[in-house]
Amino acid sequence: MIRVVELYKSFGQQPVLKGINLELQTGKITTIIGGSGCGKTVLLKHLNALLLPDRGSVLVEGTDITKIGESALNTIRQKFGVLFQGAALLDSMTIAENVAFPLREKTELAETEIEKRVEERLDQVGLEGMGYKYPAEMSGGMKKRAGLARALVMEPEIVLFDEPTTGLDPLLGKAIHQLIRSMHGKFGFTGVIVSHDIPEVFKISDRVAMLANGVIAEVGATEQFVASKNPIVRQFLEGETEGPLTVL
Amino acid sequence: MLSLIAQIGRTTLQQLGGMGRMFLFLLSAFAWVFRPPPRFRLIIQHIRTIGVDSLSVVLLSGVFTGMVMGLQGYYSLRKFNAESFLGSAVALGLLRELGPVLSAFMVTGRTGSAMAAEIGSMKVTEQIDALYSMAINPIQYLVSPRIIAGLISMPLLTAIFDVVGIYGAYLIGVGLLGVSSGSYFAGMQSSVVFHDVSSGMLKSLSFGLIITWVCCYKGFHALPMATGVGQATTESVVLCFVLILVWDYFMTSVML
Repeated sequence: MIRVVELYKSFGQQPVLKGINLELQTGKITTIIGGSGCGKTVLLKHLNALLLPDRGSVLVEGTDITKIGESALNTIRQKFGVLFQGAALLDSMTIAENVAFPLREKTELAETEIEKRVEERLDQVGLEGMGYKYPAEMSGGMKKRAGLARALVMEPEIVLFDEPTTGLDPLLGKAIHQLIRSMHGKFGFTGVIVSHDIPEVFKISDRVAMLANGVIAEVGATEQFVASKNPIVRQFLEGETEGPLTVL
Repeated sequence: MLSLIAQIGRTTLQQLGGMGRMFLFLLSAFAWVFRPPPRFRLIIQHIRTIGVDSLSVVLLSGVFTGMVMGLQGYYSLRKFNAESFLGSAVALGLLRELGPVLSAFMVTGRTGSAMAAEIGSMKVTEQIDALYSMAINPIQYLVSPRIIAGLISMPLLTAIFDVVGIYGAYLIGVGLLGVSSGSYFAGMQSSVVFHDVSSGMLKSLSFGLIITWVCCYKGFHALPMATGVGQATTESVVLCFVLILVWDYFMTSVML
């Protein structure tokens, strides 16, 4: 389980997170929603210490990752897979090399076994036979799928998805969601999704948390969340410009 | 008045902080060289980028620098009936100063800027975050191999620049202006000592370090926006040029 306790983060004079408290349950997919620029990605990047807080803790299976050394942190980071917003594939490598990269760097597997696993992952995300291409030669959707293959190749316990469907058409977005759900069914990872894709993302979420004004305004099982009477949640889900949330 | 003093103080502290971060970055890059896994493949790959890919521009600038030195040297020395010293003048000038400095400028323009832009765009597109998230230290993966490759490539490029420059001056002085071939090389042989060669090589070694260090640092700390990469690239080239000239002066004054 991941626990975020009283997390504060500012950039210069701009406070972004103002005391986040959140529990992410093991084996469940939790989606974090919230307005643009409210700090969802900032929160996500704290979960594997890509960003460090000004105050507060992030406990991964009881270890506060904000206070440990690099070596211990790297051990914990190996439990994570991350799908970045723009996929963040290393553009000097082919897709197959990108997917193989964590295996080559972090395991002692034989090259034949690595190639087999890479082929398997690329097949699972619908990129069979595309491994020879470079990221620059691929569309946004293909890059996301390749990023997903790389995020899952080490069979991580926790996978972070930063806006996995942003910039994709509705059909491709749906396909990516289905892919996340099927991969979750296969590997049983703890998933954290940051998304604006409402209500589509709710179909694959076990729990939803809403970030507003630097704090978690509401969190709960998806059905409970959707039925919430919290005015902030209602305004956001119903897309109203008038209400407790300042839109512009 | 007080606000002016406060502003000066803030700026000074910022600059000192920036210098401190740059030195820590360098120390960290050196520390990662000795930690497993070894990155021989990456070092060789970067030797190719820094060394082999800069070869054409170094050859071209070397030969023309030598030709200009041959031309200028000949007409200057002729005023004192000392054309026979052309070989020594060219060789000493190239080996001690122009070879290391100009080849470093060429490598900064050709490879250093590309290095800053590449690492900067990796930062902007979250590729560096991706390395961290895969438990791979980006300094070990991106910076340390480039610094080692720079330390290996730069003296070799300078040596090539020197040789080509000497033959460029030979082409003009001997081939075009009629200086005797024997006196050109004999003068060189009698005046150039090992210290001239070694001081030039030591300079080029330090310039290799400056170029890779500054360009990697600037790329690594590019602001996460499109203009951030351009700004990092420009800053890295300007800072490299300035540091090369300043460091060249200090090394010259110490090694004379």
